[in-house]
Amino acid sequence: MKYKDYYSILGVERSASQAEIKKAYRKLAHKFHPDVSKEPDAEERFKEIAEAYNALKDPEKRAAYDELGRQRPGQDFEPTPDWQQQYGEEQFAFDESDLADLFASLRGRGQCAPRSRGRIPIPGQDYEVTVQIALEDAFTGREVALDLTMPEYDENGVVRRVPHEFKTRIPKGAIDGQRLRVPVKGGKGSNGGRDGDLYLNIVLRPHSLFRINGHDLYLDLPLTPWEAVLGTTVEVRTPSGPVRLKVPPGTQAGQQLRLSRRGLPKPRTGEGHLFAIVQIAVPRVISEQERALFKQLADSSTFNLRGHFQQEARNES
Amino acid sequence: MRVELTEVLWLDEHHEWSLTELAEVSGLSEAELHELVDGNVIVPVDPGATQRTFCSECIVTARTARRLRDDFELDAQGMVLALALLDRIRDLEAQLRNLRAQLPGRIR
Repeated sequence: MKYKDYYSILGVERSASQAEIKKAYRKLAHKFHPDVSKEPDAEERFKEIAEAYNALKDPEKRAAYDELGRQRPGQDFEPTPDWQQQYGEEQFAFDESDLADLFASLRGRGQCAPRSRGRIPIPGQDYEVTVQIALEDAFTGREVALDLTMPEYDENGVVRRVPHEFKTRIPKGAIDGQRLRVPVKGGKGSNGGRDGDLYLNIVLRPHSLFRINGHDLYLDLPLTPWEAVLGTTVEVRTPSGPVRLKVPPGTQAGQQLRLSRRGLPKPRTGEGHLFAIVQIAVPRVISEQERALFKQLADSSTFNLRGHFQQEARNES
Repeated sequence: MRVELTEVLWLDEHHEWSLTELAEVSGLSEAELHELVDGNVIVPVDPGATQRTFCSECIVTARTARRLRDDFELDAQGMVLALALLDRIRDLEAQLRNLRAQLPGRIR
């Protein structure tokens, strides 16, 4: 079993009062709670913060923790026989569980709480895991292998960390932020309690070409000034393969050209759209011949973009 | 080790959940769920029905409420306020994401 320094996780002295521990927990929970935080490692940080607080908020568990002595975080250790006799369960798999399991199993000083001895059905814990998928996976669906380790009580009421490996299929049409439920794949229930569920939180990895908004996709479509003026046909990549997109003459910068139903599939029927956003770019370097042609265009064109400026000036005078 | 393939369920499925089922899945009490309904953060399929049923998306909201209750020691009114604010943030983030997706990127 690895030692964790619960006081340093909460950023408090070992002599901190219960009120100081609660205050430190709340401050950290506001920052790292996965439901409100945008910190990249919020989920992991909050898990250890909650684990530390759950042990230290109860004075009896805190006393038990203090009596474990001070070790180096991460160091392997086993509670002394005296400690085990006073606080531990008769049988606890110290080498197959962690400190959180140990403190979750303690009800208080000198009391053990092996679940198999109770008669009340206890439902298994629900778990949430984040699954990152690529845009292409959301388009086709994807089988993912999940490898989770969960604390479980065996038939003797001993907590053990049990590895669970299973495959699940992320159906096509999953989008960023969506949650999928895998029934009864969470923690095992005790005394006839139902098994917990597993929730998959889908995160779509950013794509180099497409920006994703729900089932709709956005793509920048760079055009030259003459393509925008004269119109053209361009080949555009979509998740379902390349398509030829007709750009009408007189296309403006910022205009969105919709490729109907070329976005991500929706769970049951239908698809999102793909929008090509026109950007008109001018060449930074031009040849003498191009310069001459642009000059000729400038001299002969009657296109006046700033007529309203002159109108405004006339109104003021 | 035998690796089995498990099917997942969409949470936005058309399946409707009873109040008791929602309480069981979320870990909230039925009384707390009634408070969330009164606070308008969880809306029954038919608000006028005597036997309230809920769509699957309510599971996500109810589970979030339970986490907030446990981790911040919130009462029902605290849960309603936190969920209403989180909902507003999610809406604003969705609008921002939508606008950002439509902003042209830099031409390489």
